[in-house]
Formats: sequence, structure tokens, C-alpha cells
Amino acid sequence: MTGATLFGLAGAILAGCGVYGLLTAGGGLGRILGFNVLGGGVFLIFGAVARRGAAAGFHADPVPQALVITGIVVAFCATALALALLVRLREVEAGPAPDDGKRETER
Amino acid sequence: MSALLVLAVTVPLLGLAPLFLLRPGAGARIAVAVLGLGCAITGAIAVQVVRTGQALHYFVGGFPPPLGVALRADGFSAAMLCMSAMVLLLTGLFAIAGGGGKAPRMPAAFFTLLLALSSALNLAFLAQDLFTLYVALELLTFAAVPLVCLEGKAGQLSAALTYLLFALFGSVLYLLGVVLVYGLFGTLDLALLARRLAQAPPSGTFIAALALMSAGLMAKAALFPLHLWLPPAHSGAPPAASAVLSAVVIKAPLFLLVRLWSDLAPLPLAQAGAPVLAAFGALAILFCGVVALAQDRLKLLIAYSTAAQIGYLCLMFPLAAAADGQWSALAWTGGTLHLVSHAFSKAAMFLAAGLIAEAMGHDRLSGLAGAGRVAPVSVAAFGIGGLSLMGLPPSGGFIAKVMLLTSAIHQDAWWIALVILAGGLLAGAYVLRVVVIALQRPEPAGAGRVPPARECGARAGIALALAFAAVLLGFLPLAPFAFLSIGRPLSWTGLLP
Repeated sequence: MTGATLFGLAGAILAGCGVYGLLTAGGGLGRILGFNVLGGGVFLIFGAVARRGAAAGFHADPVPQALVITGIVVAFCATALALALLVRLREVEAGPAPDDGKRETER
Repeated sequence: MSALLVLAVTVPLLGLAPLFLLRPGAGARIAVAVLGLGCAITGAIAVQVVRTGQALHYFVGGFPPPLGVALRADGFSAAMLCMSAMVLLLTGLFAIAGGGGKAPRMPAAFFTLLLALSSALNLAFLAQDLFTLYVALELLTFAAVPLVCLEGKAGQLSAALTYLLFALFGSVLYLLGVVLVYGLFGTLDLALLARRLAQAPPSGTFIAALALMSAGLMAKAALFPLHLWLPPAHSGAPPAASAVLSAVVIKAPLFLLVRLWSDLAPLPLAQAGAPVLAAFGALAILFCGVVALAQDRLKLLIAYSTAAQIGYLCLMFPLAAAADGQWSALAWTGGTLHLVSHAFSKAAMFLAAGLIAEAMGHDRLSGLAGAGRVAPVSVAAFGIGGLSLMGLPPSGGFIAKVMLLTSAIHQDAWWIALVILAGGLLAGAYVLRVVVIALQRPEPAGAGRVPPARECGARAGIALALAFAAVLLGFLPLAPFAFLSIGRPLSWTGLLP
């Protein structure tokens, strides 16, 4: 078994765990974590696919690695946005709604 | 090379600067002016596509596709660009045409998001590379989710969170498909992929990748089994935001679905996969149509109607993938025309619903009797927008549905024809239900109450203009067919070895 196959299999397992988590986890936080596990699996598969460059004599194909950086940044931003929404939702549900002026300045 | 394509993506972003630097009021006016400029740019793109009769293209950095990233506008892209630019401009005008102090002003954040949407949508319609399209879809999601929770209420926040999670699940599935395609072919450019796919029969991996990408796009477009996030998100948002979300935001993943299945997938594969998409579409039309009938809130009714109308596009796939050239081309034109006409009519209906709710103080259908007297122009805009949704002549929706229906009958696809007819009846039922209630005499018990506020004329006029745009599409003669098929099939003519 080559390293690339191992990475690919690990990615597939992670993606499977992530989908399971996303579908079954209760509450927002569990789903956000599930999304991150799923994303991690997909990014690992990107790494395994980069191995195809080996045929051309490179160590690895640089394009999937360049793509995966963008993918990680986007997933990070998405997680931050989802967590911000979750925190705000908890705040609104817990206490009395903050008055409009305060919300305006926060925004 | 046409720099217009780059301007379409970058000009809305430049409009963000005044929003952050100036006072909110002045910034908002400049933002709307920039949206107007965007309208002019997309109009110029469409004119140029018609004049040259072929697709415009731009290679970023001067590197053609195997190395670089390309933008490309064919007739279909140009139609979608113009449609989204016009809807965004009119919604922006609606948002600044504040009523007499009673209507809450839209915050500056709304205009920021509107400009961001404009840029992301233009990129999604122009990008020619599967990964750039992924980035465009993510930008679109990040601009659309805050629109849902603009007022920060608990219901809106939880709807926005559900929307975001569905969209993220969709984008990860799409990304997995993209990486599989890259592993197979070593390129992500649509035209190059289409050429390679035409040479050899598609492998199982490609079929899996296409299925993953389609499932991801379905989650983002709220196609039937994955539509659960749409009604709370689209009905909870402020009216101007709902109009944009329902009219143009879900159109980008649908546009991409059409690209994948009619331009990228080889014909035998498209013929095998299309009936599955059509089955989802048929379920969407029937199920969401019936659920829309059962709603008591006006905005929820319109949101379910959006989920139902998405199905019509999916009915197009098996018809368009048939080998019979003439009738499949007719179905393709009908489906894409439906995308455009639905955008105008749905934007008009959401804006009108917002004005009706503002004038009456609520949007429960059971209490809307007499709305026709309080807000006549809004009710007219709702009804005329609904005309196109029902598929009554003369309207864009009528032409689109007749094209789909004719194609279905000529190809002996009876179940599709029946679904189109049943969907039209359901749409007629839920639109007429609202109009009939609104035109009733107000209840006597209501006479003692404070007379409800009158509608804001300028904003009702904008809703009416959108509704008439949907109707006017029906008066285009057979021109859309020739225009929409400019630049298809995808290729870089004369540029590549």
C-alpha cells in the first residue's frame, strides 16, 4: 500500500465520519464539528490526488495543494461565521433581547 | 479578450469603499448607483454577445486555460447576468425609497451584502473553471446568510444557521466532486473537460464526481429533498432581502446544474442521469405546491412556491438531453427562460408581500381581507407576478411552460406534461387564494380599528415594474432561443491546439 492510497483511505474514512456527524449530531455545535471533520477528509483526499504528479517526475502535483489552501481558508471562514451565528443565537435566546442601539453598535 | 467580464466582477466590490467611508445614507445611494453601473456593464456584455454572435472570453493574466483561469460569457450567461443585475438594482432602489418614516430603513449592512452578492453572482455566471465556481458559490453563501438574519431575531438567526449548514454540506460535496474530476483529468476548465469527455466514455469515478457535485448544488439550490432550509430562511428575512434571496441567489447553483448536465456531461450520461433530477423536480412541484396551499402566512406561501418552481428547471433535463434536436432545444430554451421569468415574478411577489404586510400590520392570510383597498398597487403587483408563476398568457412564465409542455408532448414524456399542468393548477390555486382574499370587503369588525396605513407609492411602483418585467418577457418573440444558444457548446474556438 503506497502512502497516497493510505492518505486517500484515511480521507474517505474521515469524510464518512463527518457526514455521519453532520446528519446525526444534535445541536448546532455538533453539526459544525461534523462539517469540519468532513472538510478535513476532503482536504486529505486533495493531498492524495496531488500524488498524480509523480507520473510526470515531480514529487507531487502542486495544483491540488494550491487549491486546498483556498479550500481550508474558506472552510475556516465558514466555521467562524457559523460559530458567530450560534453564539448570537444563544445570546438572543438566553437573555432579554438587547436593545436596538446596542445591536447597531455591535454590528 | 473582453475586459467587461472583469469589470462585472470587480466594479461591485469597488462600490463597497464609499459604504464604509461615508455616512450610511450617502453610502447607500452610491451603492445603488454602483448597482446601476453593474446593470450597464452586464447590458454591454449582452449587446456585445449579440453583435459578435459568439461568446466573450477573458484569460486572467493572459494565460489560456490549461495554465490559467478563464472567464467566459455566452448567451445563457449574459441573460442570467442581465437578469440578476436588474433584480439587484430594483431591490436596491426599493430599499432606499424609504416610506414616510414608518418603514424601517434598511441598515448599511444590507447594501454591503447586496454589492457582495452582485460580485459573487457575476463571478458564478462567468467563471469557467470548477474551482473558481466553488469559490463563487461560497462567496454567494457568505453574502446570502447574513441577509437572512439582518434584524437579529432568534427565529431569523436559527434559520440562517440551518441555511449555512445546508449550504456548507453542499459545498463540501461539490468540492469532493471537483477533486475527483481533477484526479481524473488534471484540469478543471469546463471546455477542456467537455472535450476530453467527448473523446472517451466516462468512467465510474466521473459519474460519482458528477453525482456529488449535483447533490451539493441541489442542497444550495434547495431542490426537493434538500429544500427544508428555504421556507424559514426566505420567509423570515426582510422583504427586500427575501426578494433577492428567492429571485437570484438560488439561481446560481441552478445555473451551474444546467452547465454540468447540458454542457459538460456527455449525452449518454446526461440521458441516464436526467430522469433522476426530473423526478426530484416533479416531487418538488407537487409536494411544495400542496404545502404552499396549506400556509396561512403570506411570505411562507411565497417561499414554498419558490421551492416548487425550482422543480420546473429540473423537468427540463430529460427533455433537453433527448437525442431529438429540435424538441430538446425547445425544452432547453423553455427551462432557462423559466429561470429568468421566475426571478422577476418572485422578486415582485416578495416585495409586494412586504408592502402588504407593512400596510396591514401583519401577513396572516386570514386577516388580509381588504388589502386590495389599502394597498392596491402592491396587490396588483402580486397578482401580475403570480400571472407569470401560474403560466397564464401573456407572460414569461407562460412561454417557458408552453415550450416545456410542447417538448414533453412531442417526446411522449406524458408524466412530465402532467406534472407541468398540475403544477400550474397548484400555482393558480395559491396565487388566486391570496388575490381573492385581498379583494374581499374588509370585515365589519375591522371598521372600528385604526384605518391601516397606506402603501408607499414609490416602492409599490418598483414591485409593479418587476412584475411587468416578468410579463414583458412573454412578448419576446422567438428571439430568446437564438440568443441563449450563442456560444454553445463550450469551446475555446481557435485558441487552443
